[in-house]
Amino acid sequence: MKSPRSPIFELILSRLREFWREPEALFWVYGFPILLIVALGLAFPDEAPRPAVDVASLPGHETAAAALRSGGDIDVVVNSLEVARARHRSERTDLVVIPEGEGYVYLYDPSRPEDHLAKVMADSAIQRAKGRPDPVMTRGETVKLPGSRYIDWLLPGLVGMNIMGGGLWGVGFVLVDMRVRKLLKRFRATPMRRSDFLLAILGSRVAFMIPEVFTILLIGKLLFGAPLGGAPLLLALVILAGSICFCGLGLLLACRTERLETASGLTNLAMMPMWILSGIFFSAERFPDAIQPFVRALPLTQLNFALRGVILEGQGLSDIAFPLVMLVGVGGIAFALALRWFRWT
Amino acid sequence: MDDAAIVCRGLRKTYPQGVEAVRGLDLAVPRGSCFGLLGPNGAGKTTTVEILEGLLEKTSGEVEVLGRRWEDSAREIRERIGVSLQETRLAEKLQVLETLRLFRSFYRSGLDPAEAMELVGLSEKAKERVGRLSGGQRQRLAVATAMVGNPELLFLDEPTTGLDPQARRQLWDVLRAFRTEGRTIVLTTHYMDEAERLCDEIAIVDRGQRIALGTPKSLIGSVGGDHVIEVDFPSADMSDRAEALAKGWPQVQSAHRSGTTLEWNVRSLTETLPDVLRRLEEAGLTLAELRTRQASLEDVFVKLTGRHLREESAIPHL
Repeated sequence: MKSPRSPIFELILSRLREFWREPEALFWVYGFPILLIVALGLAFPDEAPRPAVDVASLPGHETAAAALRSGGDIDVVVNSLEVARARHRSERTDLVVIPEGEGYVYLYDPSRPEDHLAKVMADSAIQRAKGRPDPVMTRGETVKLPGSRYIDWLLPGLVGMNIMGGGLWGVGFVLVDMRVRKLLKRFRATPMRRSDFLLAILGSRVAFMIPEVFTILLIGKLLFGAPLGGAPLLLALVILAGSICFCGLGLLLACRTERLETASGLTNLAMMPMWILSGIFFSAERFPDAIQPFVRALPLTQLNFALRGVILEGQGLSDIAFPLVMLVGVGGIAFALALRWFRWT
Repeated sequence: MDDAAIVCRGLRKTYPQGVEAVRGLDLAVPRGSCFGLLGPNGAGKTTTVEILEGLLEKTSGEVEVLGRRWEDSAREIRERIGVSLQETRLAEKLQVLETLRLFRSFYRSGLDPAEAMELVGLSEKAKERVGRLSGGQRQRLAVATAMVGNPELLFLDEPTTGLDPQARRQLWDVLRAFRTEGRTIVLTTHYMDEAERLCDEIAIVDRGQRIALGTPKSLIGSVGGDHVIEVDFPSADMSDRAEALAKGWPQVQSAHRSGTTLEWNVRSLTETLPDVLRRLEEAGLTLAELRTRQASLEDVFVKLTGRHLREESAIPHL
């Protein structure tokens, strides 16, 4: 007879098998992030920004329109003032040029960068057409900065989000489900150790995480040429630290929860502040200084810092030491508490 | 008591809400026997076995399992017992053999998973996912997970509830085979036929207390008569008269009434039945229905409590 393998190994193997045999789980883990990347890549294409400008059809509009068109880098449309205003309100145009006497009024929203750009470009074109001289000769030299596009910036955020979701849902929900099915109670009746069981749940989740994350990054690279800077080993280390942190938290959330509804409520409650504040879709540094200490105390904020540091800026171990220590620390404390408070039934 | 697999004295369990599920239970299960806890739903059977299995804390009393106490030898006891709970939904995506390998890995020593599968007759289903098994096959798998650690003591909580007669019979065969190797089985059931067929000794439990203990034969014998005559009358009035009449008959060992139906326990049908019929006729009582059957544990329970084990009484006799 073959001697049996260790309980940790068998438990991890079982989890991996269950996961691979669950098409829905596969979709949420692989399909959903890929769809999200593709959708965001299409919504934020990799092109030089082209301002859209409406010229109100009042006397004098032909001159303005001709001046704006002369450069060839502005999309110009002539519309009635009403239509033009409406188009601006709905952000279909960045600027409305309204003829007024000999001059023009620019209608724009100063809080939108696109409006600013349109206003500067339109003004320059109109002034130059009227004969404004350029006192200094300048020329532009264009380069392509990797990692400067939104999609490049977004990808590490999506990776962080996936690690958070995978850890909290993948561990917490699975555990509560086993409790509801009385499978935990059945395990309790065997000599299997609690620590073996919890480590196996944690280990299987971490084992899923690494291929998941590399799939997202690979899709980003293949479809959008997103950068994959930094040392792969260091990246793996960041992913590992993030997984430990969120799997530990997932374990803690589920250690006594008896109902799936409660588990899902707790998980959403834990994820909500990080969804909003931790810099998945826009930088966490945009939040006011007053709440920065709170924002930075969130594990996902630190994970995203570390991921962007490695992927976009090629940072080294010493640069991301703080986030790594914090993630592993939070995960370790959560695991220790979960081990202490854990209930089988 | 070295020859006892389980000793339990004055066992009590009071749930936090104040429900007294077990109220001073004494049990002694000899090694190598099959011991049954028989009782209606809610009698405290599951609470009792879950305390014996180390899954629930007792409120008070003493429990020894295989000569050890849960307080200081939990892991050792768990190595030596096997447990099948009343309802466990094993992982549906895992295959039968995979499930048994998983459970085998928890024990220091035990059976080869393939052997456990063979024991419960699931070898052909080795590669089948648990989710695709029938109810009976799942239950046999649950028993196999309890056997794979090669336990000295096997706990089964309502092992055949919800199974069809054929599936029940298959599981009984599995348990009998396990028994022949000198190991102990403790099972709970509310099926009297299951208890009668499988158990060497039975404790009848009701409302958290043991109300009877003995071999199936001695318990049935305690009702006073191996046979039951059931008579039904067209009116309650006639039943009343027949009930009063029968009190004076020496042949009737014990009597029970539900509605218009009277049940009389007697030692011998051939001697008693003609006499009973003659006496009823003389009294001018006409029968609406007459049935006879073997006395069972059900009758023991009825005699002790005045109630039936379960409401739906139509249990197929196999």
